[in-house]
Amino acid sequence: MKEELFVSGRNIPNIDPYLHIWHWQIPIYLFLGGLAAGILFLAGVYTILGKEKEMPATVKWAPFLVPFALIIGLFMLFLDLKHKMYFWQLYTTIRLESPMGWGAWVLMIMTPISIIWSASYIREVFPNWDWKFKFLYTFEAWVIRNRWYIAWPMAIYAVILGIYTGILLSAFNARPLWNTTILGPLFLVSGMSTGAACIILMSKSHEERRIISRLDLLFIVVELFFITHMIMGFLAGSEVQINAANLFLGGQFTVPFFVFVILLGLIFPAILEVLELIGYKMPIIIPAVFILFGGLIFRFIMVEAGQITRYLY
Amino acid sequence: MRYAMAIDTRKCVGCSDCVVACQTENNVPIGFCRDWVSETVDGTYPNVSIELRSERCNHCDNSPCVRCCPTGASHFEDGGIVLVTHNKCIGCGACIESCPYEARYSHPDGYVDKCTFCIHRVRKGEKPACVSVCPTSCMYFGDLEDPNSEIVNVLKNRKFKALAPEAGTKPQIFYLV
Repeated sequence: MKEELFVSGRNIPNIDPYLHIWHWQIPIYLFLGGLAAGILFLAGVYTILGKEKEMPATVKWAPFLVPFALIIGLFMLFLDLKHKMYFWQLYTTIRLESPMGWGAWVLMIMTPISIIWSASYIREVFPNWDWKFKFLYTFEAWVIRNRWYIAWPMAIYAVILGIYTGILLSAFNARPLWNTTILGPLFLVSGMSTGAACIILMSKSHEERRIISRLDLLFIVVELFFITHMIMGFLAGSEVQINAANLFLGGQFTVPFFVFVILLGLIFPAILEVLELIGYKMPIIIPAVFILFGGLIFRFIMVEAGQITRYLY
Repeated sequence: MRYAMAIDTRKCVGCSDCVVACQTENNVPIGFCRDWVSETVDGTYPNVSIELRSERCNHCDNSPCVRCCPTGASHFEDGGIVLVTHNKCIGCGACIESCPYEARYSHPDGYVDKCTFCIHRVRKGEKPACVSVCPTSCMYFGDLEDPNSEIVNVLKNRKFKALAPEAGTKPQIFYLV
């Protein structure tokens, strides 16, 4: 039997007995980042494929959510900071070794791109929109002419943003649950899936919903595969990683993880989407809302559970 | 120059003098600490062994906290001492997450705080506060690159271990066992 205790007394807020430095702001930041990445990636890809007409919600309407998602996400990151008045230091340094650092820069690039993208479609929504200045009209015309070229960096940066939401966690060696390279692709696919769910909610065209639903189904299957892969990897790992996996396999996060993330967030919407695809009439809002809910809960669980995993010595 | 500390777990009595000395020397806010004493009890009575360890920031050679800091507030000083520049720290908490030893905490003023090896004393040629007050003299502080230093001598002659070397951080606090 081995028992460890602090004889000098130690009860530092948010560190003891379990680390809890990152609260609700970080999961929301990661969720909104993933959602934005998913929408922008699909918007970029369908623009590159020249399908703006067939996929209006994907290319035009859903991206209107992105600037709001990114700005709220960045605001969440700001809320998480404990030394808030010094936040500007993030943008006076470039430190490629720090995921938090390059993530802040990726968002700094993505946010203006998403604003410009949406702004170029704003007169399709509000035909009477007045840009007030002539140069804004010139700029709008330039963006509209070059949408195909903007779509490329937008789609690529969206993938970087999606992967970043996972790497922000996976770069921490000290937290065994996070320290797996699969977390980047897993968060990317999960972000794509939530982005697709948003598009499904906003689309009015049956055909578009069908295409995105099929794609979403693929994302869900890949996500389930990655989650299985992640847990298998932990179980084949060192003791601290086995302990991390056990949080989901009988430990304290088992019920929320399997009920809210796997069953309600992935398998249930996947079944509804399959039924819809083979011809049953389904209210499309249900699977989409469950996917969004599952994606959010997944990030909450990963952030909370990861912080209580640690090295043993 | 490479500063390091060796702590004799066989001489430590767990009095926590090092903890109090640090809190006083560095004005550590009440309820927080930069070092602490942990006791590991192994076995069942009557076959019990106890190890007492005064723990603190390991001033790692491969510091995850320095790597993950987005603003460069966490940095290396001369001799490998890991420090936080308070007015560069944004309090994002990444370094706290990255430390396998949970040696960092969020200071009530917002920035992240931790053991500094009492760099202000070391620069004057004094020992860190914790080392200087230890009633059993179980702590050794010095330069690993100086072959005549006390710490090199003690590490040459005794068995020692570091905490969680598998984390790859190359910790520089050695526990004599």
